Amino acid sequence: MKYGLELVVAAAIIIFAAIFLVQNAAIQANLGEGEEAWGGADGNAAEIIEASGYEPWFSPLWEPPSGEIESLFFSLQAAIGALVIGYFFGYYRGKNEHAS
Amino acid sequence: MHIMEGFLPGPWWQIWFIISAPFVIYGMFQLRRLFEERREALPLLAVAGAFVFVLSSLKLPSVTGSCSHPTGTGLGAILFGPFITSVLGLIVLLYQALFLAHGGLTTLGANVFSMGIAGPLVAFGIYRLGTKAGVNTFVTVFLAAALADLATYIVTSVQLAVAFPAEAGGIFASLAAFGTVFAITQIPLAIIEGLIIALIFKYIIAVRPDLLVRLEVLSQNSVNKIREALA
Repeated sequence: MKYGLELVVAAAIIIFAAIFLVQNAAIQANLGEGEEAWGGADGNAAEIIEASGYEPWFSPLWEPPSGEIESLFFSLQAAIGALVIGYFFGYYRGKNEHAS
Repeated sequence: MHIMEGFLPGPWWQIWFIISAPFVIYGMFQLRRLFEERREALPLLAVAGAFVFVLSSLKLPSVTGSCSHPTGTGLGAILFGPFITSVLGLIVLLYQALFLAHGGLTTLGANVFSMGIAGPLVAFGIYRLGTKAGVNTFVTVFLAAALADLATYIVTSVQLAVAFPAEAGGIFASLAAFGTVFAITQIPLAIIEGLIIALIFKYIIAVRPDLLVRLEVLSQNSVNKIREALA
């Protein structure tokens, strides 16, 4: 199977997306006003801790001032990574083709 | 898996710094040796680091109704071992702590331990065991990467549970609470991560199998077998 693994990955992503869509429909139907689903797990853990009365003793030196700026830095992080991966795979591939 | 800034009280945040430091320092030592003796493998190191960058920036929705992200550390651990991967983890966690207010400087020790050390140790161990036992290479890579991802989140849950034992039920009750938030959410993401890293591994075998042999990740024999099967 030349592309067996690719097929497995594609199938897993489709199943993952389908589960999300079904789950999302169920969650949105039961959501109260002003509530938001699909928050981050990190934040949920922080909520549990804060519910016990704990106050964080240090706050971040710099926080992205808005959701847009935050997504800018997340996209930048992914873009830097993707660039490096694409560059070296392309480089190796081109080199192999040239050699043969 | 990020423990947010200021969310670990003393002595826990210091303890995790002390535990993580030797791994990172030894990793830097190993990195220097890699730079000197195996320059040809540096592109692969960049790819492994880049993988942590990409995967840990993707926040994916999970079955529990919350979002979390994969870690991407499995690839680095398989190729270069857990120590060098702990340095890669440190770089990504620093980026996120400084620019995104994700995780934090005071919790860096704990976060480096869960993502950069515990996960990679699991990946490295499983990969070595699976290879020795003769399990299919891609199945081994999948298991190593997926369980590394899961281990990271279990360790985070333990780190929070020991620092914040519940009033009723103690450490185990709060482990159950944090485990539900982190570990359960992570299961589907771990599966996706394992599959994607297996796929990347396949592409590395396709373009530079010689490097994998030289890094002692795969034997020439198994490279030949895999390339034959995929031809």
